[in-house]
Amino acid sequence: MQWEVVIGLEVHVQLSTCSKIFSGASTAFGAEPNTQACGIDLGLPGTLPVLNENAVAMAVRFGLAINAEIPEYSVFERKNYFYPDLPKGYQTSQMAHPVIGRGEVDITLGDGTVKTVRIHHAHLEEDAGKSLHEDYSGMTGIDLNRAGTPLLEIVSEPDMHSAEEASAYIRAIHAIVTYLGISDGNMAEGSMRCDVNVSLRPKGQEKLGTRAEIKNVNSFRFVERAIAFEIERQSEILEEGGVVVQETRLYNPDLDETRSMRTKEEANDYRYFPCPDLLPLMLDEAYVEHQRSLLPELPSEKRQRFVDSLGLSTYDADVLTGSRPLAEYFEAVQKHCGDAKLAANWVQGDLLGRLNRDGLDITESPVSAEQLGGLLMRLADDTINGKAAKQVFADLWECKGETADEIIDARGLKQVTDTGAIESLCDQVIADNPVQVTQYREATEDKRGKMIGFFVGQVMKASRGTANPPQVNAMLKEKLDALL
Amino acid sequence: MHDKTLAELARGLAAGDFSSRELTASLLERIQRVDPSLNSFITVTGEQALEEADTADDLRQKGQAGALGGLPLAYKDIFCTEGVRTSAGSKMLDNFIAPYNATVVEKLRHAGTISLGKTNMDEFAMGSSNENSYYGPVKNPWNSTLVPGGSSGGSAAAVAAGLVPAALGTDTGGSIRQPAAFCGITGLKPTYGRISRYGMIAYASSLDQAGPMARTAEDCAMLMNAMAGHDSRDSTSVARNVPDYTQDLDKPLNGLKVGLPVEYFGDGLAPEVETAIREAVKVYESLGARIIDVSLPHTRLAIPAYYVIAPAEASSNLSRYDGVRFGHRCDNPIDLEDLYKRTRAEGFGDEVKRRILIGTHTLSEGFFDAYYRKAQQVRRLIRQDFLDAFSHVDVLMGPAAPTTAFELGSRADPVQMYLQDIYTIAINLAGIPGISVPAGLVDNRPVGLQILGPHFGEAHLLNVAHVYQQATDWHQRRPEIKE
Repeated sequence: MQWEVVIGLEVHVQLSTCSKIFSGASTAFGAEPNTQACGIDLGLPGTLPVLNENAVAMAVRFGLAINAEIPEYSVFERKNYFYPDLPKGYQTSQMAHPVIGRGEVDITLGDGTVKTVRIHHAHLEEDAGKSLHEDYSGMTGIDLNRAGTPLLEIVSEPDMHSAEEASAYIRAIHAIVTYLGISDGNMAEGSMRCDVNVSLRPKGQEKLGTRAEIKNVNSFRFVERAIAFEIERQSEILEEGGVVVQETRLYNPDLDETRSMRTKEEANDYRYFPCPDLLPLMLDEAYVEHQRSLLPELPSEKRQRFVDSLGLSTYDADVLTGSRPLAEYFEAVQKHCGDAKLAANWVQGDLLGRLNRDGLDITESPVSAEQLGGLLMRLADDTINGKAAKQVFADLWECKGETADEIIDARGLKQVTDTGAIESLCDQVIADNPVQVTQYREATEDKRGKMIGFFVGQVMKASRGTANPPQVNAMLKEKLDALL
Repeated sequence: MHDKTLAELARGLAAGDFSSRELTASLLERIQRVDPSLNSFITVTGEQALEEADTADDLRQKGQAGALGGLPLAYKDIFCTEGVRTSAGSKMLDNFIAPYNATVVEKLRHAGTISLGKTNMDEFAMGSSNENSYYGPVKNPWNSTLVPGGSSGGSAAAVAAGLVPAALGTDTGGSIRQPAAFCGITGLKPTYGRISRYGMIAYASSLDQAGPMARTAEDCAMLMNAMAGHDSRDSTSVARNVPDYTQDLDKPLNGLKVGLPVEYFGDGLAPEVETAIREAVKVYESLGARIIDVSLPHTRLAIPAYYVIAPAEASSNLSRYDGVRFGHRCDNPIDLEDLYKRTRAEGFGDEVKRRILIGTHTLSEGFFDAYYRKAQQVRRLIRQDFLDAFSHVDVLMGPAAPTTAFELGSRADPVQMYLQDIYTIAINLAGIPGISVPAGLVDNRPVGLQILGPHFGEAHLLNVAHVYQQATDWHQRRPEIKE
């Protein structure tokens, strides 16, 4: 049977507010356990929540970025369950009346097709603490630093049909939240986590199949892997005439598999009800419009501009707008050197390649956008040639100089464009290599094209790489052809 | 000194008739003598109180004493007090030393008051007789075989017995007004949102409200001046100007329109209580009030609605008592589930467990619409009843409770106990203020007149109560205390 895969995602984004969603405690990552949990986060008797205005502003900006309805009225509710890292015995969340209504996110697939994923809603809630199972033999430690960190949970419609689409969707969400500056998007630190709902149905069938929910997947790659495993698992069951059980599963990256955590029968009844400690949240039009005025250029707008006014290909524009820091880096380089195409090639090629190799993020690049821009400016104005440029880049990477100009001077890499100097070098090389000249003369037309490379190499060598290769090429061709 | 009102004591301190230390020491000594038989205090903070009294005396010397400077108070043990056990009357919090002060505690400290300690109460404020306390029942100072009412029974008994001139209570369904009535003192439940709930251990968050309990309306007004106001730490507290509650206490009542809800004088009301209340109403008539019969048609739905909403909120509010971070923890749990189950089985009393079970049930999938949602609809109807009534009368009057104080152990059936709150519970659902004032004695048992006003009408309620107290002496009657 032909199966259709149906995927819906719930993405939890930690908002980068300074303090927690309902208390004044700091949200900074990595502090000593329980040093960033105040009485409210500990659920001390008598304490009460006060909503962080900034978390609301960030949620609204996300809503505007995905063209969503922003309801005038939303309500915080309590989701009741017991767990040691949930101090109050309930999570303050939203259910019936979320802060953000229906919206849309465009995703770009590998072949360049653009697809729209509908967003069901997005709601605000507080994060739980962490249970630490290592370091305490036979016991569990509780760290409540994370408890109360604001989360925006973005719930998609089941609009995706492959691991690739799901992955593209998460990347799109990642780009939006980082562009908006409402999250650092750091998946390794848990700033973005996904619950993935996967089900299969016979191709052409309207009714959705039974789904499995894979909880808490925290990298782009793991999302793809977990979905791939799940598709495999479910299709095997269905092919054998079995029934998929509705359940919650966990993905284990070490074993590259998902495992059942609990079935529907074991699921909690969360007993949601409106939190009596928080008044309904009312947002008027003026507030929403004010938030709109604070929106930066969004990835889709930037992508369009890169194509329309910088003349980049859609592929290049897509890669370069993948994250806000990358786009900003590219734009800075482009402004500096004045050549968008050149900047796009270098940022995607040499820079990203090297960053990838060293496992660095664009924000950690040893070569600043100004430095790279300065280098490309010299390439563009023919001060240096491409080979020298690579050398300068390597030096900048290793911090062997402050600017490209400094390195070019120190290493004497300035390109020789003086026709007289090049001509004498060419004459010298022709004179020094009579055997090759004879071979050249006796060769067929199409072989000569290749053979000229030898002479160019010799001239470049003689110039210690500073000659302008196209210029050398042209001059050698003229001189050798004259000997025919 | 133990017979004086807060206002009289304030004048005495100002005149230098006695120092705050003398006053405090004398009350502490009286607590030591009288309270072992009453059991109105859970914790007495004598040493700390004397230190605070010395500080208050020093400030007075320097001319820096405020309106409440040097006056002793007690707090229901539901208000968090820094460094002092705050038990909520529960075994669950028997070992809980609060690391911070509730906002009202902080405000009253700032006004110069002195805390003598923490008063007894029904566990987590669930009860109408103070028999649900882990620390044992409180005796009614008028007759030790009677309950003091609840849940603020310790505060009411302590004030009635002259152990402290005033105390704080909380009122979720009548927990200030009913014990005030049973013990013959004055107790005000302010409008929901008038006083910060921060630091007040939650029972039912949408209904809980702190209020003063004292001998007179004037004393309550003095305390309200310090207690009321918006608190940025409580999102449900209301940002609205706080009037001087003592300003208009003496305003004459000529032309006051008093509504008598017919539903508050029907079946179930003890005849002797009705007689006393109608007498009190006559006093108002003689003071120039016009009496009008009104109807609050949804009154009979108040108790059922309350016993859906309050337990629902309580079931969630009390989830934090899990043995993980503070409070009681069972010995040697074998796993997480065992920790939760035994901690909560051991730490909570029967009534608390009953309400957690009710609340958990009514919020469950499949029952939510039939119970919780329906109860919220009823709540709006009840609120509308009051708004309609206040569109043609200024205040409503009736009994605070259907009977006078009953015998300890006489209301074993929880539903019988719940019916105690029939005249008080709707007020919390509507969010309006209510005050109970002493209005008679039947067989040496006090009767409380309840006066209700529109939202934020506390100043007027205090005025209406005060003028009555100028014309009567019920509030001056004192129980005979065996010392």
